Amino acid sequence: MARVLIRNLNKFYDKDVHAVQDVNLEIRDKEFLVLVGPSGCGKTTTLRMVAGLESITSGQVLIGDTVVNDLPPMDRDIAMVFQNYALYPHMSVHDNMAFGLKMRGMERAEIAKRVQEAADILGIGELLKRKPRQLSGGQRQRVALGRAIVRHPQVFLFDEPLSNLDAKLRVQMRVELKKLHRRLNTTAIYVTHDQVEAMTLGDRVVVMRGGLVQQVGEPLELYNAPVNRFVAGFLGSPAMNFAGVRVSDAGGGLRAQRNGLGIDIPPEVTPRLQRYRDNEVTLGIRPEDLQLANGSDAPGLCFDAVVEVVERLGAETVLDLQVGDQTMVAAVEPTVRAKPGDKLRIAMRPERLHFFDKSSEAAI
Amino acid sequence: MIEGARWRRWVYFYIPLAVFVFVLLFPFYWMMVTTVRPDNELYRPWMAPNYTPFWTLHPTLEHIKFLLGETLFSTWMLNTLLISIAATIISLFCGLLAGYALSRLKFPFAGGLGTGIFITYLVPQTLLFIPLADIIRSFKLGDTPWALILTYPTFLIPFCTWLLMGYFKAIPKELEECARIDGATRWRAMIYIIFPIAVPGILSAGIFAFTLSWNEFIYALVFLSSPAEKTVPVGVTSELIRGDVFFWGPLMAGALLGSIPVAMIYSFFVEYYVAGLTGSVKG
Amino acid sequence: MAVTSYPVSEAYAGGPRRGAFTRLLEDERWLALVLLLPTTLLLAIFIAYPFEKGIELSVTDSKVGVPGVFVGLSNFVALMDDSIFRTAVWNTFYYTIVTTIFKLALGLWLALLLNRHFRGKAVTRAFVLLPFIIPTVLSTFAWKWMFDPTFSVINWTLFRVGLIHGRINWLSDPDLAMVSVIIVNIWRGVPFYAISLLAGLQTINPELQEAAAIDGARPWQRFWHVTWPLLLPVTMVVVLFSIIQTFADFQLVYVLTSGGPANSTQLFATYAYQIGVGTGLLSQGAAISLAMFPILLIVVIVQLLYIRRVETH
Repeated sequence: MARVLIRNLNKFYDKDVHAVQDVNLEIRDKEFLVLVGPSGCGKTTTLRMVAGLESITSGQVLIGDTVVNDLPPMDRDIAMVFQNYALYPHMSVHDNMAFGLKMRGMERAEIAKRVQEAADILGIGELLKRKPRQLSGGQRQRVALGRAIVRHPQVFLFDEPLSNLDAKLRVQMRVELKKLHRRLNTTAIYVTHDQVEAMTLGDRVVVMRGGLVQQVGEPLELYNAPVNRFVAGFLGSPAMNFAGVRVSDAGGGLRAQRNGLGIDIPPEVTPRLQRYRDNEVTLGIRPEDLQLANGSDAPGLCFDAVVEVVERLGAETVLDLQVGDQTMVAAVEPTVRAKPGDKLRIAMRPERLHFFDKSSEAAI
Repeated sequence: MIEGARWRRWVYFYIPLAVFVFVLLFPFYWMMVTTVRPDNELYRPWMAPNYTPFWTLHPTLEHIKFLLGETLFSTWMLNTLLISIAATIISLFCGLLAGYALSRLKFPFAGGLGTGIFITYLVPQTLLFIPLADIIRSFKLGDTPWALILTYPTFLIPFCTWLLMGYFKAIPKELEECARIDGATRWRAMIYIIFPIAVPGILSAGIFAFTLSWNEFIYALVFLSSPAEKTVPVGVTSELIRGDVFFWGPLMAGALLGSIPVAMIYSFFVEYYVAGLTGSVKG
Repeated sequence: MAVTSYPVSEAYAGGPRRGAFTRLLEDERWLALVLLLPTTLLLAIFIAYPFEKGIELSVTDSKVGVPGVFVGLSNFVALMDDSIFRTAVWNTFYYTIVTTIFKLALGLWLALLLNRHFRGKAVTRAFVLLPFIIPTVLSTFAWKWMFDPTFSVINWTLFRVGLIHGRINWLSDPDLAMVSVIIVNIWRGVPFYAISLLAGLQTINPELQEAAAIDGARPWQRFWHVTWPLLLPVTMVVVLFSIIQTFADFQLVYVLTSGGPANSTQLFATYAYQIGVGTGLLSQGAAISLAMFPILLIVVIVQLLYIRRVETH
């Protein structure tokens, strides 16, 4: 059973830098877990502590049922794919992949078999005799993967492996990685700063910030029900719109008001916002949930906006709108005709409204 | 970039360069000419007529024959070769290990030790030779090659360490981390991954160390006394002079032949040599 | 697809048993200790110990075969009264300063010349380094032969060209001997300076020079304001090594003049040799050697501080 348990993990650098704070995670057997967050959030440090490349200040890491805190990396039965591939430049592709097995004293014949196996899976069979410098970025990436696969480890660790590839290759490799994981059926922990990778690759996603875990859950769960403003703004592109609004009484229900933006708060949300009456909260709405108003929209959820910039992407059109004193972004159907200066009436979908406490930033 | 008239190029560039090269190389030419010049031409007074100092029409091998036949020159060459190779091997071994530790491991006093090793590089041999001679005597190593094989590393190791540190620092740490995850101990990662990648540095350090050993004089002069134990620089200095009489022919032959091993290695590995020199300066 | 089921390791039961020594070496600090042990031992025995012994010797009155008694600083006091020692001190400073200035100037000039592109550049560069590669003693003998009073080829040339009428006693004239020794030292040192400075020059972005030229700077100004400041760190390191080597120089003077004539070329090292090994007065010899140390230390510290300041700029 190759689950990974992280209990109360902490990492201090030089006594003042608290890089990883009380992280508790359970990565289930065969699960593909993604750690995502901006740089410096502690995701890589956490991964490295699981790998044994960083010392653990306090807490425990368990692989399977064994506490591995004091085990050197070579004894943890893990494999890691690095951002820069870390291929041994003086060895051929074959020897690169065989190195780990050689270190463990495996026989030549068995090593050759395993290397061939992995090479076939990744389609790098003809490259076995070449040296890393003769390979392209994508090929190097595959060799790095191959090196990890031949070891048949308990856990795969990935440290931003796609960051060095160009955009097109990245998309391609993303799909291949997903297929590979299904085939290999092994626990994997994947670190990235790219939220698209997180959403598409992870069985579950962990969002981190400043050393703390913000939220853990399946991608859509995080997308639709973020627990705080940071997670809400981190996932999704273009990012969620935020507006500081004042909550006030309005004839039986509540109203959220800001210069130029006034909406009636839907009845489902009203109970949660009661205690914020006469206070400021942060309103959040995703660009794809802002559409041109048509007759069927509730009038209380519509507002006027002036178009500033139009970005036609083909699959959708992104509008930069001036609403009162601030800017909002709407992602509308590509058939919408608009040009800068146009005045439009925008509608929000009531079930897609998010509210966040102004000071704690927690979801309301 | 010197733009402009052709003559400027000649005056400011070609001529000065030619003068430099001439001055720097002439003594070697002189060495060669003297080696093959017969004695009667050699000892002709400088103001005598018909004196062609810059070349000879009667080249001879008598000086070289004398050198190899009548003196212990070949023994000296062998001694110097063995001592230089042994000292180089010891220094490379120590330098590799120390260089790796200082550039890729974190441990207390790392900075202090690094500085300490650098400082020992700056301590000149002429400061230590007198007490060191005493110590060598008390270790019963006097007049043996070991006196030099063990003391030469004192100025070779700091250099090798420093040079190799430069090469090690350029190797990304991910390579070692990956090796350790793959199943290598730190030691094996060092030997199988880091050292092979640093081979150019090892070559540079080795060649430089060999040359420095060959060039060393004062320790060899003071620690060795029997003619059969001497190294080439010392042998040539002490055995080819009888009283006030210098045997210039064999002397120059000795100087020439004694320079050949180093010159040969140099000619094959110029780039490594220059890398060693500039590496030590850019540090 | 050949692989239908992908084998995963058996239930993980922790790592293999490892020997105690292997475990130890996995710790960075212990590994560092083991790796640094041979070096530290060698340097301790053959540098630190002699240094301490040297100090010991210099404060006793040992001679060869005769262990001495503690005499405090009387050796050093005696040195200060010794006119030869004072001459040696003056000579060494003079020798070091003059040669360093010339080596730097000529080395820099040569480096600038070599920095341009021309046919045969690599070969020229290789040949230029020869004086530094060939063992000092051997090439110094060539010079000694070139300076020989009776057979000097230099004298011959100068005479033929009409510049002199009698012979020049390069090595036997007390006034000229120092000049000759300086010449040979410069000859030997210029390549080292040139190649090192060349390496430094090659790291300077040529676009900086071009920008300055476009801005209207003449060659000399370009050098002084753009090249020189960027070259300073490398220059300081080169000068540091060179000063220490030259100050403690022995081989060159030993071969050419042994310190003579009349101590006009006597240096710290040659005098220490003469007294310590030649006459067997170990303690006094050790004292002379050690007298170099404070000066060298100051030079090293000053230069290191300067280098650090230049580097953090």
